[in-house]
Amino acid sequence: MAQAAGAGWRATFLDRVDLRRVFTPKVAILAVAMALVGYLAVVPLGYLLWGTFLSEGGTLTLEHFRRAYTSQYALTTLAWNTLLFTVGSAAIAIPLGTALAYLNVRTNVPLKSLVFAASLVPLIIPGILHTIAWIFLASPRIGMINQAVEPLLGEEFFDIFSLAGMALVEGLHVTPLVFLLMVAAFKSMDPSLEESALLSGGKRFTVFRRITLPLVKPGIYAATLIIVVNGMSSFEVPALLGIPDGIWVFTSRIWRVLSGYPSDYGQAGAYALSLLAITTVGVFLQSRLSRRGKSFQTVTGKGFRPRPLELGPWRWPAMGVVVLYFTVAVVLPMFVLFYISTQKFYQPPSWETLSNMTLDNYRYIAEHSQVKRAFRNSFMLGIGSATGVMFMMAIISWIVVRTKVPGRWALDNLSFLPMVVPGLVMGVALLFVYLRAPLPIYGTMWILLIAYFTRYMPYGMRYASTSMYQIGGELEESALVSGATWWQQFRRVTLPLLMPGLIAGWIYIVMVSVRELSSSILLYSPGNEVLSIVIWEQWENGQSNELAALGMVMIALLVVLVTVGAKLGAKVGVKSE
Amino acid sequence: MLTVKDLVKTFPGSKGEKGRVRAVDGVTFEVEPGHLYTLLGPSGCGKTTTLRCVAGLEDPDTGVIKVGDTTMFSSNERTKVPANKRGLGMVFQSYAIWPHMNVFKNVSFPLEVADRKGRLGKSEIEQRVGRVLEVVQLDHLASRQATDLSGGQQQRLALARALVMEPPLLLLDEPLSNLDAQLREEMRFELKRLQREMGITAIYVTHDQVEALAMSNRIAVMNGGNIEQIGKPRDIYERPSSKFVAGFIGTTNFLEGRVGRREPGNVYVVSTPTGEIRTRSEADLPVGTDVILSIRPEHIGLAPADTGVPGPNTWRGRVETRAFLGESVDHLVHVGERRLQVRCPTTVSIAPGNDVLLEFPADLTSIIPADR
Repeated sequence: MAQAAGAGWRATFLDRVDLRRVFTPKVAILAVAMALVGYLAVVPLGYLLWGTFLSEGGTLTLEHFRRAYTSQYALTTLAWNTLLFTVGSAAIAIPLGTALAYLNVRTNVPLKSLVFAASLVPLIIPGILHTIAWIFLASPRIGMINQAVEPLLGEEFFDIFSLAGMALVEGLHVTPLVFLLMVAAFKSMDPSLEESALLSGGKRFTVFRRITLPLVKPGIYAATLIIVVNGMSSFEVPALLGIPDGIWVFTSRIWRVLSGYPSDYGQAGAYALSLLAITTVGVFLQSRLSRRGKSFQTVTGKGFRPRPLELGPWRWPAMGVVVLYFTVAVVLPMFVLFYISTQKFYQPPSWETLSNMTLDNYRYIAEHSQVKRAFRNSFMLGIGSATGVMFMMAIISWIVVRTKVPGRWALDNLSFLPMVVPGLVMGVALLFVYLRAPLPIYGTMWILLIAYFTRYMPYGMRYASTSMYQIGGELEESALVSGATWWQQFRRVTLPLLMPGLIAGWIYIVMVSVRELSSSILLYSPGNEVLSIVIWEQWENGQSNELAALGMVMIALLVVLVTVGAKLGAKVGVKSE
Repeated sequence: MLTVKDLVKTFPGSKGEKGRVRAVDGVTFEVEPGHLYTLLGPSGCGKTTTLRCVAGLEDPDTGVIKVGDTTMFSSNERTKVPANKRGLGMVFQSYAIWPHMNVFKNVSFPLEVADRKGRLGKSEIEQRVGRVLEVVQLDHLASRQATDLSGGQQQRLALARALVMEPPLLLLDEPLSNLDAQLREEMRFELKRLQREMGITAIYVTHDQVEALAMSNRIAVMNGGNIEQIGKPRDIYERPSSKFVAGFIGTTNFLEGRVGRREPGNVYVVSTPTGEIRTRSEADLPVGTDVILSIRPEHIGLAPADTGVPGPNTWRGRVETRAFLGESVDHLVHVGERRLQVRCPTTVSIAPGNDVLLEFPADLTSIIPADR
């Protein structure tokens, strides 16, 4: 292979500056998409830095940090609490999610469809409802579980208002995320690797420990990343379970200094930047780890139809684990919510209360105009941000995967950047931008739309680019050779082929948008409340029965949405693929 | 119909490699109307990149590409017609059948996306699509989902889509490589028949020499970004002009030697360490030139040693092994230090350990200068 003469470079360069070809509709669409991603990802963080490190007078200052970390809320205390909470939730979610995925994919555990449903349902329950349900289950005074075990274990046995309680509630809630990632990892693993270990005389558990687990390491690393970022950004659990007992983490501090009067933006910025720094370090360490994990390339993307592992007599204990998880993570919280939603005021369940159920709370939320408005706002925002994100990410992933535009890797990273920005930090950053920038967005729904759009960009990008990689380039090239313009090709070939992936991403984003609380709580204004905000307010007002009814309706709507979406996705999917 | 001149296409080298890789390094060729012209070579030889440059899917660094009288690309005149304005038909290796459309829609797509002023009416589109589907015998499957077709049907569908615009030039990128062996043979004849009957000019890219020999009017053998030899299939096979061509197309025996003397009628006598060989060649090689002889296994005659005497073009050897291949019998024969592969009809089969006579025909032994 010879090296190129200068002619090649020159020709390519001249191509690039040929003005007649530069201003095509294709270039315009691509440029707008790229500019928007850059703006959304970078500008808020820039404002955040600027607003936190500059004093009113415009000089560099650390005053905001000094005020944030007075002795009562030392940086080390906040960091330590955050760490314990995060590690604790990961220690619950990762083994549990991995075990459920393994049982579901690789063994003949009974009631597989129950396993699958059990593992996914918590994904649909909004975090705030899940947390409130757990307060009714395991708070020292009124918790139903505590009352049930009182004769055996004494009064106030479980205390949900503790770091352990917080980690448990968070861990149970994020287990489905681990489950989903691990299901994919186990599915793509060549089962003959396990079978050959069994034939070598390995015991089942030895095989699992020495062959299976090391092979799915990349999946475990990915799951760890998500759980760790999630734990550090979590707001609902630390706010509802931590604050009453004075267990503070960064997110709850941010909320507190902004909800007080007057709001202390500088201090919120200092907390936000600290949290961002810790999250970034965590993500960096994780990516170093997972790079080492890539040496296991035996995990291919090929489809296998593995013979499930015979559990033998272990089938029933395995099923016991599943049933226990389903009971603790789904049945109990859902039962509590349902029970409370049928009562006029909270009292422990008894024959009397169970025979005096009422629909009053449902009637209340059906007539309450603020609730109706919140439903409309939440679903409009969810559908709007999901549609916008998926369309935009279809274009961005096309640029990243298909073109040779210089700097496309930067675009890829930019779209991923908001992933490490916790919701409250994004909220603070957007406050900084739109309190200062002349755009009249603050106090409208638009600022919420921007927040959701930015936060869910990374998820949309994953869904879109994964599908994009699966579409052979020749499918697009053949459209081009057939005479199609870029837009015709994109609209008639690329988009339809991406559709199953785009719909999956769309459903996911609608779901998480409707549940969103941590950005909304800083950015909403009266009249623009979303559902999670209404629930939050009702909780603060002590309207737990109305809240439970609202929660039940919300969960029901989300279930319908996910089911319809999944059906729709299966329909537009290319049949034989 | 197609003129390609001094085509150069470079790619950025992979990490750790300096400079750019010259995938196509100054390729020039011309295709006559109605011909099926094959670019043949091993993977990485630049044949597909050349085809993609003609299609407009790659931008060459330098060179000229003309279809008929239209300049599609010229680095000097700074013209470049984008792929979607070239109006060429292309069949991709993977067929690139759109799985979300049915058979009819796949074929009508090129007509539907045409410029507004050149676009046909709905009924005309239906007629055109119907006609071309009939040609490839898929008319009865028009409403079938494209993914429900078999491999051979998908291949014909891809062909129909490429032909529906009635392009001046059809580009075929290894169109048969994804079919199983039997179907491939069938489609080979089918494709050739269609191309000849419709008078289509086509560029055909393949790494399969049998396919190239069976289908082409002309073959250009490519290696390392260059064309090594252009010729009719028979010439390429029987008169390879370089060691690479001889070795790539079919199996062959190489013998190193030197031009000993020349005789009238283009006859050369080449002396090799194992003996002399007389052969004919159009090439002008002075006495003393180092050459390589290429002799196809099936062109060497084999007979028991007691049926004649050794002499010019008749060497004595001993059978080492033999293998029955169904259509023929392969013998590995020791001659001096050398081992030659000899392919005989099944009527000739000599057991290992026997002495034999090898006969080399003067017309079918190619002389290749050693530096090529």
